[in-house]
Amino acid sequence: MALVHPKPDATEARLAALSAPENPGWTAAARDAALTRLRAMGLPIRRDEYWKYTRPDSLTAAEVTPATALAHDDEAPIFAATEALRLVFVDGVFDAEASDAPELAGVSVEMLSAAQGSDLHWARGLYGVLEARGQSPVARPLAALNTAGASDGVLIHVSAKAAKPIHLVYVHKSERSDAILHHCIKVDAGAELTLLESGPAAARLNKVMEVEIADGGRFQHVRAQGRDHDRRAATHIFARLGRESTFKSFTLTANGVLTRNECVIEFTGDDAVAHVAGAALGDGDFHHDDTVFITHDAVNCESRQVFKKVLRNGATGVFQGKILVKDGAQKTDGYQLSQALLLDGDSQFLAKPELEIYADDVACSHGSTSGAIDETALFYLRSRGVPLGAATDLLTQAFLAEAVEEIEAPDLRDEIVARLAAWLERRRG
Amino acid sequence: MDTPLARQEKVGKMLEIKNLHVKLEEEDKAILKGVNLSIQAGEVHAIMGPNGSGKSTTSYVLAGREGYVVTEGSATLDGVDLLDLDPEERAAAGLFLAFQYPVEIPGVGNMTFLRTAVNAQRKARGEEELSAADFLKLVREKAKALQIDADMLKRPVNVGFSGGEKKRNEILQMAMLEPKMCILDETDSGLDVDAMKLVAEGVNALRSEGRAFLVITHYQRLLDHIKPDVVHIMSAGRIVKSGGPELALEVETNGYAEFLEEA
Repeated sequence: MALVHPKPDATEARLAALSAPENPGWTAAARDAALTRLRAMGLPIRRDEYWKYTRPDSLTAAEVTPATALAHDDEAPIFAATEALRLVFVDGVFDAEASDAPELAGVSVEMLSAAQGSDLHWARGLYGVLEARGQSPVARPLAALNTAGASDGVLIHVSAKAAKPIHLVYVHKSERSDAILHHCIKVDAGAELTLLESGPAAARLNKVMEVEIADGGRFQHVRAQGRDHDRRAATHIFARLGRESTFKSFTLTANGVLTRNECVIEFTGDDAVAHVAGAALGDGDFHHDDTVFITHDAVNCESRQVFKKVLRNGATGVFQGKILVKDGAQKTDGYQLSQALLLDGDSQFLAKPELEIYADDVACSHGSTSGAIDETALFYLRSRGVPLGAATDLLTQAFLAEAVEEIEAPDLRDEIVARLAAWLERRRG
Repeated sequence: MDTPLARQEKVGKMLEIKNLHVKLEEEDKAILKGVNLSIQAGEVHAIMGPNGSGKSTTSYVLAGREGYVVTEGSATLDGVDLLDLDPEERAAAGLFLAFQYPVEIPGVGNMTFLRTAVNAQRKARGEEELSAADFLKLVREKAKALQIDADMLKRPVNVGFSGGEKKRNEILQMAMLEPKMCILDETDSGLDVDAMKLVAEGVNALRSEGRAFLVITHYQRLLDHIKPDVVHIMSAGRIVKSGGPELALEVETNGYAEFLEEA
């Protein structure tokens, strides 16, 4: 009996719509291998366990669902006050004129589209490599699709402590833009980089970022996914951490009809630290999914996940987080927190926290909650003269604080706090 | 100079509760059954009474807490109908309730909380908001008198505070907000003698001609430190007896039994 399976057809239809780069150069082998991986697993469908809470249809369809690009003149672009090397992408296409010259002491910055033509490149050892490792034990077909079909991206090699952050500015203009960006970041031993990302990028974005941090390297990542309402995004971060290295990533998501942010972290050296955090604010037609997989395969590493979502008017939040502690990964310290604040009865939060532990000397904890505003605290604030709206906002910000505090740099943290406050203020009307 | 009588005429009644009947929203249970209370500006009144007599309910209903239904009667502050206002409007009108159990608010710094409250009230009254520098100066000065250190101001509201610290923090809020009508709901509960003295000093420092206090307590000992003008005994949702400070001493010696019988 022939089993009717929608996967091959849908996958081929999506692949047919891809525009392959003209000169893939050294990426060709990685792209071909990714294509083979993708065909073997097929694009995700609703029935896949890993996509139980998030409909992948619009992320996998051959056609882009149109999304209006909104201009937001009521506030300055985020991180504008932070001195950084800015690289601008408009609808997924690098805009050299709008960008700074890619010069930063101790850091090499190149565009994938330009660099892939050369014969040899350091990124050859990274492009598609961490993505391929991240396909097990759970398939991540959209990431394979990305490796196979990426049109551009940034290749950053950090060999010293970068004097200022690199800021990737994503501008969405076209209603039907369909961007596939693939970034590779290699942080050498003892080197340090802060990467900022901002903006909605495109009507549909598929983005992969592979980050390899050598012994003692530090990488800080702060991202704000923009204010567009209709855009869709599937993003993956694949990080591999060496001994005594540090990885910290924070994401602010306010708006966006569909967002799936996956983060796959692997500890390969002892005594390393990885923190992943996110604050999501959803109003109405908003679906936000944080999917995290952290593998402890080294001794005495610390991982920390802090995800907070504020949902109202029927918005949906999803959290799938797993800590896998392999045999021998003793002294692991794993913490996972996912919480939702439901501002009304229409919103929902779906959480699947998981721990899988094969070592016997570890400390792992997880907590997942959803609840409404604390009425007692609300009355307390109001009894001191704080109006209902402002009191609700204050408590909402307090709820988000633990995630926001994961941002180390005070100026970046303050900016995120200001954006959260502005979002709440706008909705108070 | 006004004579005391003339002043009273002018300021009139600060808090006026008339025949207040209140029941719980969730169940058909009457808690207050006709409370009458009249407090003039500059006065300190105390309400004493056994557990469950309706003392705390009176304070909550005046402050506007949800969960209660007023079935009859009225409560006015300076002639303004309190029962018609939201809790924040009551605060802006000059009412302050020092909570029996001050609420912990993780994630909100005590300083942020105080500044938000002070400026919200100023705004509601059409006054200019305090600048960060002016606010800081003011809060440091008031905090010092209550022996509240910089660390307590920085920490989240009441989180990790001891019982005494929480109550001192209530008085600090009162000092910062400068309300006309202060209600202290069992402010002495959970306090040792030294902490009670400190809190009482904070309250006494705020006593003035234009400000009135309603002190709710089980015990007479707080009234040794905050001297009341009038003492009321509450029982089964009514005020059953009012008198001078000697009434509190009587309760201390004989308990509430005789008043309950009278009721």
